[in-house]
Amino acid sequence: MGILEVKDVGKRFGGLQALGDVNLSVAENSVHAIIGPNGAGKSTLLNCLVGKLIPDSGSVMFDGQSVLGRKPYEINQMGISRVFQTPEIFGDLTVFENMMIPCFAKRDGAFRLHALENVGRERDLVEKAEQMLIDVNMIDKRHMHTASMSRGDKRRLEMAMCLVQEPRLLLLDEPTAGMARADTNNTIDLLKEIKETRDITMAIIEHDMHVVFSLADRITVLAQGTPLVEDTPDKIKGHPKVREAYLGEAH
Amino acid sequence: MFGLNKKDTTLLIAVAFLALCAPFILNPFPEGSSLAQFNAGYPDLMQRFVIFGIFAIGFNILFGLTGYLSFGHAAFLGVGSYSAVWMFKLLGMNVLPAIALSVVVAGLFALLIGYISLRRSGIYFSILTLAFAQMSFNLAYSVLTPITNGETGLQLTLNDPRILGQSATADGGIPVTNLLPGIEMRDTFTMELGPWLFQFNTGYYLCAVFLLLAFYLSVRIFRSPFGLMLRAVKSNQQRMYYTGLNTRPYTLAAFVISGMYAGLAGGLMASMDPLAGAERMQWTASGEVVLMTILGGAGTLIGPVLGAGFIKYFENIFSKINDSVLHGWFGFMPDGLENALVFVSHFFVGKSWHLTLGLLFMLVVTFLPGGLVEGGQRIGRLFRRKSAEDAKSTDVKPAE
Repeated sequence: MGILEVKDVGKRFGGLQALGDVNLSVAENSVHAIIGPNGAGKSTLLNCLVGKLIPDSGSVMFDGQSVLGRKPYEINQMGISRVFQTPEIFGDLTVFENMMIPCFAKRDGAFRLHALENVGRERDLVEKAEQMLIDVNMIDKRHMHTASMSRGDKRRLEMAMCLVQEPRLLLLDEPTAGMARADTNNTIDLLKEIKETRDITMAIIEHDMHVVFSLADRITVLAQGTPLVEDTPDKIKGHPKVREAYLGEAH
Repeated sequence: MFGLNKKDTTLLIAVAFLALCAPFILNPFPEGSSLAQFNAGYPDLMQRFVIFGIFAIGFNILFGLTGYLSFGHAAFLGVGSYSAVWMFKLLGMNVLPAIALSVVVAGLFALLIGYISLRRSGIYFSILTLAFAQMSFNLAYSVLTPITNGETGLQLTLNDPRILGQSATADGGIPVTNLLPGIEMRDTFTMELGPWLFQFNTGYYLCAVFLLLAFYLSVRIFRSPFGLMLRAVKSNQQRMYYTGLNTRPYTLAAFVISGMYAGLAGGLMASMDPLAGAERMQWTASGEVVLMTILGGAGTLIGPVLGAGFIKYFENIFSKINDSVLHGWFGFMPDGLENALVFVSHFFVGKSWHLTLGLLFMLVVTFLPGGLVEGGQRIGRLFRRKSAEDAKSTDVKPAE
């Protein structure tokens, strides 16, 4: 039984069957990649996991509880964090403030009227946020406004914001999309480090084979809304069906 | 001090000093001199500075932090005024219960309007608040006449019960608002220093105390986790949702708090002059507080107060400069030139003061998007750079 169990999930958009009976099981403390050509339904699947879309059929269980019908913030409070395709961070705030927000969300829940406390005096949380910034090598940028940072740094910060919440499952939506090679390698290194040093389960949706094969423990190949095969990276590489559906076309 | 860092404490002390010494600072010109008309240190205007300062501070908590632009905040001010006047009619002339009721009623009203309006954001939110405020205005003007006294406005009469006070004074007049028996809002102590005349008014100082409290509270909110969340709402709501935060209660709390500030301002307004009219709720009044906040600097601590002072000064002082005053100024010039100058200036002062204000607003928004506060910061930086250049020979640390 995996930490995330997707059973028979289907989703239609009008006449288009975006997902048809998807079954997926993500084992705890593993890195599970979901790959597939454009339009395979990868992003739709991810949106069903985080509460942005509600599937027409099937069930999504996280740690024994259904996530369907819950709001994104409730799902996050259950222990699922999400990294977006284009980094979503608080552009008007400093790196440090960006880090404090998830810390408060983790401690205080979805809402708390803490209007008379002082951000800087929450020693425990400040320490936690700063330790996380040290871990991702961004502590020297803590007073910087995030709007002016490079894409790689934004991604790094977004990842740190997710990790500081100590999620049980981290969802990554094409974490290296649109990145320069150097930034991509940095991101892979960071993800590898996260995988080695933390007890965390990751589900990655990715286009870039280089990223997938250097990180994933298991890979699910999605084509036209249904899982084609699921196996270890080595087996996937040589799988004839995958070559046909994906590798042959895209790379 | 007071849970603030050094910089904020300094700012608070500066505001306290300015508020307490306002009767001196705003009256720099000797009585009877030709410049005396620029003096703003009379009780009525000083009260207005402070009351609109409070109004704008509250508005800034919503607009400056969350970016939600409400075009209906005057409704809460109006509701606050009506509540306070009803307190004076039914209970007694003490201002404290009246102000307390204003804050509570405005808060509840804001909860209702905010709950509905905050279902939308951006321009739709603005339009919803505008619609609600106009509805309130029209209701107060017509249907709700038994409560609001319609066009005439709600006033005190000799027949009011005032169960804790008296319906009429011994000499048959309407009693006046007070803080404690014997301390009346209109009490003014006048000090003559040579040709200067300074007025110290009880009502003004009561307002000033409330301003300081309101300002202090707003500083605390700005520096709190709650304030950080409000800024996060402005920055990226998507990220907030996926970080486990529900944005709705945060924006609603900000809306109610700023509504309560408006109610406080309305209650104080009625306490200084116990009448309330529907025009206080009109959309122009809501627009004014938007102007004040943007002119002073939205999202800054002191900006809204500056903006409020600036606009109220213009409204009351510039509008007094009429043609005969202009003729007096340009009298030393040859007749033709004098008339020409008066003709041109005529469009910018007196009844046309709005034109000057509009031009200033355009200039500020175009060149100083951060408002007057940004202007001040730029000037400050200019000076600092100069002194840094002087000290460059000894210290070559890069500026941050």
